[in-house]
Amino acid sequence: MGDFIVTLLTGLSSAAALFLVASGLSIIFGVTRIVNFAHGSFYMLGSYIGVTMVTALGSGGIAYWLALLIAAVAVGVIGVAMEVLLLRRVYQAPELFQLIATFGVILVIQDVTLWIWGPEDIVGPRAPGLSGAVTIFGEKLPEYDLVLIAVSPVVLIGLWLLFNRTRWGTLVRAATLDRQMVAALGVNQRWLFTGVLFLGSALAGLGGAIQLPKGGADLLMDFNIIAAAFVVVVVGGMGSIGGAFLAAMLIGLLQTFGIQIFPNSTLILMFLVMAVVLIFRPWGLLGKPESPGHGPVEAPEAPLRPANRKLRIIGSGVLAFLLMLPVAHLLLPSIIGDFTLVLVVEIMIYVLFAAALHFIMGPGGLVSFGHAAFFGGGAYAAALMVKFTDAPMEIAFWVAPIGAALLAILFGWFCVRLTGVYFAMLTLAFAQIAWAIMFQDAPASVAKALGEWFGWTAVEQITAGDDGILGIWPAEWASSRVTYYYLTVGLVVAGLLVLRRILFAPFGYTLRAGRDSPLRAAAIGIDLKQHQWIAFTISGAFAGLAGALFVYSKGSVFPTSMEIARSFDALLMVLLGGVHSLVGPIVGAATFTWLNDIFNELSYWRFLLGATIIALVLLLPNGLVSLGDTSVGRRLGLGPGREALA
Amino acid sequence: MSTPILEVSNLSKAYGGVQAVQDVSFVLNAGELLALIGPNGAGKTTCFNMLMGQIKPDSGVIRLKGNDITGRPPQRIWRMGVGRTFQITATFTSMTVRENVQMALINHQHASRRWWKPAAATDVAHADALLGRVGMAEQGDRACSVLAYGDLKRVELAVALANDPDLLLMDEPTAGMAPKERIELMQLAADIVSERGIGVLFTEHDMDVVFAHAHRIMVLNRGCLLAEGAPKSVRANAQVREIYLGSTVRAEVE
Amino acid sequence: MKLNLLLVTGVALGALSAVHPAIAEGEIKIGDINSYTRLPAHTIPYKRGAQLAIEEINKAGGVLGKKLVLVSRDDQGKPGEAVKIAEQLRSRDKVALVSGSLFSHIGLALASWAKQRKMLYLAAEPLADALVWAKGNKYTFRLRPSTYMQAAMLASEAAKKENVKRWATIAPNYAYGKDAVAAFKKVLKRLRPDVMFVGSQWPGLFKIDAGAEVQALAKMKPDGIYNVTFGSDLAKFVREGRTRGLFKDKLVVGLLTGEPEYLDPLKGEAPVGWLVTGYPWADIQTAAHKKFLAAYQARWKDYPRIGSIVGYNTMLAINAMLKKAGSVDTEKMVTAMKGLKFDSPSGPIMFRAVDHQSTMGAWVGWTVLKDGMGAMANWQYLDGANFLPSVEETKKLRKQ
Repeated sequence: MGDFIVTLLTGLSSAAALFLVASGLSIIFGVTRIVNFAHGSFYMLGSYIGVTMVTALGSGGIAYWLALLIAAVAVGVIGVAMEVLLLRRVYQAPELFQLIATFGVILVIQDVTLWIWGPEDIVGPRAPGLSGAVTIFGEKLPEYDLVLIAVSPVVLIGLWLLFNRTRWGTLVRAATLDRQMVAALGVNQRWLFTGVLFLGSALAGLGGAIQLPKGGADLLMDFNIIAAAFVVVVVGGMGSIGGAFLAAMLIGLLQTFGIQIFPNSTLILMFLVMAVVLIFRPWGLLGKPESPGHGPVEAPEAPLRPANRKLRIIGSGVLAFLLMLPVAHLLLPSIIGDFTLVLVVEIMIYVLFAAALHFIMGPGGLVSFGHAAFFGGGAYAAALMVKFTDAPMEIAFWVAPIGAALLAILFGWFCVRLTGVYFAMLTLAFAQIAWAIMFQDAPASVAKALGEWFGWTAVEQITAGDDGILGIWPAEWASSRVTYYYLTVGLVVAGLLVLRRILFAPFGYTLRAGRDSPLRAAAIGIDLKQHQWIAFTISGAFAGLAGALFVYSKGSVFPTSMEIARSFDALLMVLLGGVHSLVGPIVGAATFTWLNDIFNELSYWRFLLGATIIALVLLLPNGLVSLGDTSVGRRLGLGPGREALA
Repeated sequence: MSTPILEVSNLSKAYGGVQAVQDVSFVLNAGELLALIGPNGAGKTTCFNMLMGQIKPDSGVIRLKGNDITGRPPQRIWRMGVGRTFQITATFTSMTVRENVQMALINHQHASRRWWKPAAATDVAHADALLGRVGMAEQGDRACSVLAYGDLKRVELAVALANDPDLLLMDEPTAGMAPKERIELMQLAADIVSERGIGVLFTEHDMDVVFAHAHRIMVLNRGCLLAEGAPKSVRANAQVREIYLGSTVRAEVE
Repeated sequence: MKLNLLLVTGVALGALSAVHPAIAEGEIKIGDINSYTRLPAHTIPYKRGAQLAIEEINKAGGVLGKKLVLVSRDDQGKPGEAVKIAEQLRSRDKVALVSGSLFSHIGLALASWAKQRKMLYLAAEPLADALVWAKGNKYTFRLRPSTYMQAAMLASEAAKKENVKRWATIAPNYAYGKDAVAAFKKVLKRLRPDVMFVGSQWPGLFKIDAGAEVQALAKMKPDGIYNVTFGSDLAKFVREGRTRGLFKDKLVVGLLTGEPEYLDPLKGEAPVGWLVTGYPWADIQTAAHKKFLAAYQARWKDYPRIGSIVGYNTMLAINAMLKKAGSVDTEKMVTAMKGLKFDSPSGPIMFRAVDHQSTMGAWVGWTVLKDGMGAMANWQYLDGANFLPSVEETKKLRKQ
């Protein structure tokens, strides 16, 4: 009895910070349609600033709570700065382009935080007079948990009053429903957005600050909360604060009770909940279907044209360069060393991965946040094949795309029923589940259980979890760096050409048709979902091939090949290059991988990379391929990029 | 007479407590231009969307050439020979005019899953012929996104004709067009009807267009069919004049 | 404006990519790879320890008549990145060998790479048992006492507590946590067949839901708790456990909990009375360690962490190995590493020929509060050699 009640209360209290962060995220998304990945960074800043303020003001009585509030306000101001200096300039850019801007912000904040507060974890100061525990039916519950339990409903009521009892709140609600309408009413949309960014960021900051007595501040908090916050927002329904509240409580309670029954489920539980909710309620618990015509109206994409002369010349030039590079390496090893080949192999692998993602994201109009599942899925398929059957590399290169495609067929069946952000989040959920399966070596647990049941001796480990699968190196004939280089270049170029060919063929056109106008597509007999499912599978297969090239170039595979960060990297590459161009992902992947390599040798490389990304976002809001549209590009004679390089 | 192209019996649809369409029945024969008119909110678009499969009716039966198509998805209905144009044009903005028509032709041949031969090289002659029929032959290579609104409507018509439909559903075909263009477009539609012997059901706000081209007119009010018949008899119907037709129209009629 | 920015960016990028460190004669380069941005609190002390050793070695005239140069690079916490950097260090920087790393999966990736490229890799900090056993290879050696060794040390001490019979465990949900629990269970069960393990909790790494985990542990009513969580998880676990009275009248055993990296951030809330492995740097009285401590504090104006001494010892090992090998030829270096003996601030260390694991030990003791900070008392240094399986057993473990 006591145990049950205390567990229940523990669950409710653990949901508090999550609710605050998620509600802020939800408000920002609801009004601005910006998927703010930097929200986790705001949460982290809330904690750090909170610690600093408590130290400055003293941790006694009112001063303590004042310090937490100041932290929230300070983070709100940082959110405003991000809106005014950065996001405001890219509202007209293609949808989700703001994503990369927020990625840049994440990187910058990581290094700035490290620089200001140092590397060591900081344990949060205790709340004055609340460091003890209360006893409930003989079980102890920390006093501060009671504060946290109270915080969520108080904030919920406060937000409800704000949105329903003030003019500003009414406008925000109206904007959530229809942005154009509010603009038509003559409301200054800019200030509305700025205000929303303040409120949303301050809530994240408050979330970071109020969890201090339960934890502290560390440099990994940003990534650790962001996935959970997105899960809550999506489960609750994007833009619905009541939904976020419900979802946070639901997940808090499920976690608390879940780990008593299934202690192993910690990594997967939340994502399973999200997957189940989205399958049965595609717009979350309290969300509403996305109405078409929401968000900014994008400039239409230019029609596809076969490669023009300029592109052919550039393409042949690049190909010739790639083919000649090893020759130059053999002739002048001191200038073009082994590493140049290694780097180009890496770039090519990411180029294929990005092109595969672009296939579903650009022409397909479905943004996947979890494509690393297929990249890593391919890598694991190949590695497992080698580990358990000693298959030669030639076979593994077939197994990888097939394995990834099978995975995509399975995930795609659920995902393509959804659109927009919900599609994106469901892909993320599945990717996370796939990651957790590899990370915890779930197949081995299953094999063990089956083994006990049937009396077999099961293998000790299959994916070996975080220890990964090692020793996956190319076959003898391909083991020299030059041969593997040619193998990679050959497969990637062939992959790119096939993808391009498909996009120019009726299938690719049908995909784009469905993206341009689902209504018209249905009215000319297109079974859109089926085509999207197939496209998702093709995309997965090519991502899997990239994964196979990856595992053979590194010699080992780990669950990191499936993690969220890898999916985001690919997303970044596509968006950076330009989602509305077939060349975009290639340019984006090459640039990103190359920049990453250059900056990596410098301390504070994250700051530099983040700042560079932000600069590129501001200068080239249509991606790198739009370079030709700028004055510099014109001067260099690149011509109108999007048309020419389409 | 042979089986009618479209036969609608007792079609109904309610949203919450509001009866959007109530017990509507009518027939449409080959070669006929049937107008569906009514004030805003009369249920025209709901009616259309049920015919095309976007919305499932609560009750009632829709027969196409004698086959029950009630509640079938739009893709299936299209395959059975129903073309459609939208009130707000729905075209593929990232494609050229010709490619828009080619898409319909490709789908008509169940070729949308082909993944090798370029789409732009498929059925070029056929697509150009259709574009020629709607007077858009010159503009085949232009991006759809840069067309004038009237031209987009013509493209839609060409697209709708691509599967040799027996029935054409046109939702406000002339909305947003200049008066001269309206006449031209409806004349074009009328010509196509007589050439091909297909049936057309259209909704329209512009009474000039309706009375000039429709062979028969149905008047919908608050979801119910109020009157139905030749333009002349509808014009003369006192109820219609009372409930639907505005004073300007009345003056014009008299 | 736009034009200028773009040009400046372009020029800067071009310039950066053109910078290639010169390959100087008279130098032996050591490629050092570690997670400097992902876990700076752990890796920066490591780097400082390593640099201090390098400086001392060079001041004493270097080795083989050459100066040692440490080329440090960040692996971003990604194994793929680590392999790429290893490739770069090998081909562009021409390093003689690669050392470093903290995360086990990165250590394993580098080990696999080392085998393929026939490069010597001296893993400094990764703890995974597989690194020298199941996945061990000819070119990979490891300095720090492994998960198994440290868990075995704790188990053998914990076995002495007669009245502690019901054990519960809590460990991060990944390979390290699983290995650490399995090793502890195995050794404790062997020493004390009467103990039973009543349950295990597996919070996600750095995502602990501490209240819930503590509640779940309390429900098992254990006499002893074996903790493997660390970092921010540990801080939350300790705070929550103490507030809810979980640790009262229980023996708590903490793997690595006594290391300054984990103990110091807890400040006045550090757990008291836990049996831990750690590094009581201030109290070690051997002459070698006193000298190291003084030199470290003089050089960095900071006290050493466990990473510092591991970094320092890693470079001492490389120095001794180079002297013994007399060459930077990989095969000769590998031969020299086998059975290599050298003295270090933590005592004499030997690299076992059978599994390439060093015998560096660990300090095992009881946590206390001292001047408002966590510290270790009643500690002893346990030589790693005593907690490694026999040669025969090891051969079985290493059989692949």
